[in-house]
Amino acid sequence: MSNSTLPTKQRDHVEAPVLGGLGESVARPDGTLKVTGDFAYSSDLWADGMLWASTLRSPHPHARIKSINIAPALKINGVSAVLTHDDVPGSKLFGLEIVDQPVLAFDTIKYHGEAIAIVAADHPETAKRAAQAIIVEYEILEPVVDADYAISGKAPIIHDGGNITRHVPIIFGPQNLKADVVVKGEYEVGMQDQAPLGPESGLAIPADDGGIDLYLSTQWLHVDRGQLATVLGLPPEKVRLTLAGIGGAFGAREDMSMQAHIALLAMRTGKPVKIVYSREESFFGHVHRHPGKLRYEHGVTKEGKLVYVKANIVLDGGAYASSSPAVCANAACFAVGPYEVESATIDAYVAYTNNPPCGAMRGFGAVQTGFAYESQMDKIAETLGMDPIELRLKNAMVRNSLMPTGQPVDSAAPVAEILEKLRDMPLPPLTATTDGFDVIELPGGASNVTHGEGVRRGIGYAVGIKNIGFSEGFDDYSTAKVRLQIINGEPVVEVHTAAAEVGQGLVTLKGQIARTELGVQRVVVHVSDTQVGSAGSTSASRQSYVTGGAVMTACRAVRDEVLLYAMEKLGHLHPHLLHFRANYKMINGEIRDGEDHLVSSLADLVKDRVFECTREYRHRPTTPIDPITGQGLPHAQFAFAGHRAVVDVDIETGMVKVIEMATVQDVGKALNPQAVEGQIEGGTAQGLGLAILEEIQVVNGKVKNPSFTDYLIPTVLDMPPVRSIILEYADEHAPYGLRGVGEAPTISSTPAVVAAIRQATGLALTRVPVRPEHITSTI
Amino acid sequence: MRLTCTVNGKVETIDDVWPGESLLYVLRERMGLPGAKNACEQGECGSCSVHLDGILVCACLVAAGQVEGAEIKTVEGLAGATDLHPVQQAYLDAGAVQCGFCTPGLIVATVDLLEKNADPSDSEIREALAGNLCRCTGYSKILDAVRLAAVRLEGAGKH
Repeated sequence: MSNSTLPTKQRDHVEAPVLGGLGESVARPDGTLKVTGDFAYSSDLWADGMLWASTLRSPHPHARIKSINIAPALKINGVSAVLTHDDVPGSKLFGLEIVDQPVLAFDTIKYHGEAIAIVAADHPETAKRAAQAIIVEYEILEPVVDADYAISGKAPIIHDGGNITRHVPIIFGPQNLKADVVVKGEYEVGMQDQAPLGPESGLAIPADDGGIDLYLSTQWLHVDRGQLATVLGLPPEKVRLTLAGIGGAFGAREDMSMQAHIALLAMRTGKPVKIVYSREESFFGHVHRHPGKLRYEHGVTKEGKLVYVKANIVLDGGAYASSSPAVCANAACFAVGPYEVESATIDAYVAYTNNPPCGAMRGFGAVQTGFAYESQMDKIAETLGMDPIELRLKNAMVRNSLMPTGQPVDSAAPVAEILEKLRDMPLPPLTATTDGFDVIELPGGASNVTHGEGVRRGIGYAVGIKNIGFSEGFDDYSTAKVRLQIINGEPVVEVHTAAAEVGQGLVTLKGQIARTELGVQRVVVHVSDTQVGSAGSTSASRQSYVTGGAVMTACRAVRDEVLLYAMEKLGHLHPHLLHFRANYKMINGEIRDGEDHLVSSLADLVKDRVFECTREYRHRPTTPIDPITGQGLPHAQFAFAGHRAVVDVDIETGMVKVIEMATVQDVGKALNPQAVEGQIEGGTAQGLGLAILEEIQVVNGKVKNPSFTDYLIPTVLDMPPVRSIILEYADEHAPYGLRGVGEAPTISSTPAVVAAIRQATGLALTRVPVRPEHITSTI
Repeated sequence: MRLTCTVNGKVETIDDVWPGESLLYVLRERMGLPGAKNACEQGECGSCSVHLDGILVCACLVAAGQVEGAEIKTVEGLAGATDLHPVQQAYLDAGAVQCGFCTPGLIVATVDLLEKNADPSDSEIREALAGNLCRCTGYSKILDAVRLAAVRLEGAGKH
């Protein structure tokens, strides 16, 4: 198994030029490389003399490590290194919010799939076999697998400090109100996986200065660098990260997975080390969406006005904290949904258990509550005999409505308009189930064994709310470096940030902003790396806002410097420049005054000079929430979306076919309409997946379905056409009025699909994903 | 073992191939052709779709030894010297590419579909691409891309 690997093409340092400004559906600058197969993802990298890494993971969810014998692995031909926790030179622990997770396990295994040892060898198969040759002696312990039990005070303690990772209470308005009608419900959300198609992968190359260079997939280069520096015992400047091509993320790449492992192996062997997780390892190697139990009580008037909402939410955070504390806060803050209510009493908990660790996934705590509060709204409507849209309209938030935290929603909140537009969109025709229909159109498709006599149509609605940007007082910023110079007689702008392009199209948007702000055609967007300041995370739907804001600010700084230089050189010809600089424009490679008269072409003015500015951008400050009352101003921006789902359900087989998803979302300003639609359609699909397909099945702490054979993400047969309406109510606080787009569609999609199945079947359906047996067993 | 096969019209001979390697591994790691992607390596996702003697296969499910003397066409073999293949161009124009990890496999599968059926219905497109997972797009723009490519290929008289 010698490794006579050939080099694959390395990506250029500078991407292809971007054409097109803001508001246009500009093509991706990396698009051509992606359709020809030449785009270098982190799994495609290669270096001379490179070794392959493999991981040994625990088969047990809870066990004490009695001994680790690496000798059998070291004896295998081609193996260069076998490392355990003993070989970690710096901190043995890492973590995003709480530093509690071992780089390599020591003492106690806390979940099924925890990494114990790592191997570097000359061929991936050799590395895999060597990892399997390591002998670990375990003392098997009983796992804590139920989150309610974990926080009951009766369970064994998983981490010092107890099993409650965080408790977020919210006490809003007068308490203990009475209401005409009380509706209670208990809901459950299964464990969803982000399942990005690109596996965790990267290449670590030891450097001559004793530092290390890493090329990998991540959502936040600088937070990886900080964690790696402490694990490796190196100063941060000696840990240099470059973003490789990323095959999707959706939250799965917020925590470190393989980063420290390949860095440790590269530093030990002195050789480049590459790793690519298999799909199975990917399921064990990243955190998942928190499963949860949500117990609700709504008090409403006879007319359908919400009086109070009480919610008790318990999320299972699994073995390590990851971003659980922030997910828990989101679950609490968005527990009521996009509705006004006089009184709210919310307790959200996130628990340590011996289940797989859970953290960030698209929607981040607002998904779980979205399913619960929208299920409650439908139950209330049914109890009152009221139309579910009518009930929602009666309670819909408007601008300046208060969140349960007491925070006013001080920009557009077009919840009512979203609902009305959903209701008014035309409906798809009924599926023909008499003569001449195609069996492929039935729920279950070609596998359907009936003649469609049990098919029932259902229509369901849901709306959702989600925050944009990091919350609770976090200093949430991004950095951009923008350079303008003349190359071959033409003005060229370079944009450099550390922001992670995970597929969403930020790489396109950065060019659009520079082109619009500086009036040039040619923009080159640098590959993201740690040579510039932090961009923050590609999460919380924040990059268009914060990194977009940083690029905008840096471009405007460059423009200002160019105009000052123009004043210096041409002020004698253009006296207005002295006092009315702000009226001057840079457009089509020229500077023009307020009356649109030419001042100078950029090429003539700038000549050999280089204008370069680096700027940080922050969204407006937020505040922590009070630990007792949950009151505060924790959020920078809110996003609203709604869905209408139309489904056919075969009540004999339990098969569900979603016929159409309609959606309405306020995006503030669609800076790239095609990319916005892509986010909305993709988010809708992930919500549909949680509604009827996707769940990591964990039985007594053990993951049963770590493969695409058994963990089902929607295929093109499962995903119906999406009919979308985009609203553009500019947010006066945000750059260009934009509103983060990525997550909102994932929230209302799930409850809309379940509401439609309920309407078709008359079943209560309190758990997602809804499986065929939930439909057939109770009819 | 020594392996000889034709890849994108070029005869390739590779030494020291371990017989347990997949065609996918050989393409990616020994021939410098990373276009076929490794998203599941068990035939569920279609990201490694290639043509093997004219038949659409998942390269991860084909053992290296099985391709001795065979003719293989990968996504890297689709574009002309100056122009993209119409299917590649349609994926770009329709906005069907986000992270792009599924894209090469989908493009190869779409080329296969349109070679067999120049004017597929939506139902036929869905059936043909059901073996290709995409996690970013929700498939709407992929359907747009296939329809667009079909129209353009028809217009260009390529069928």
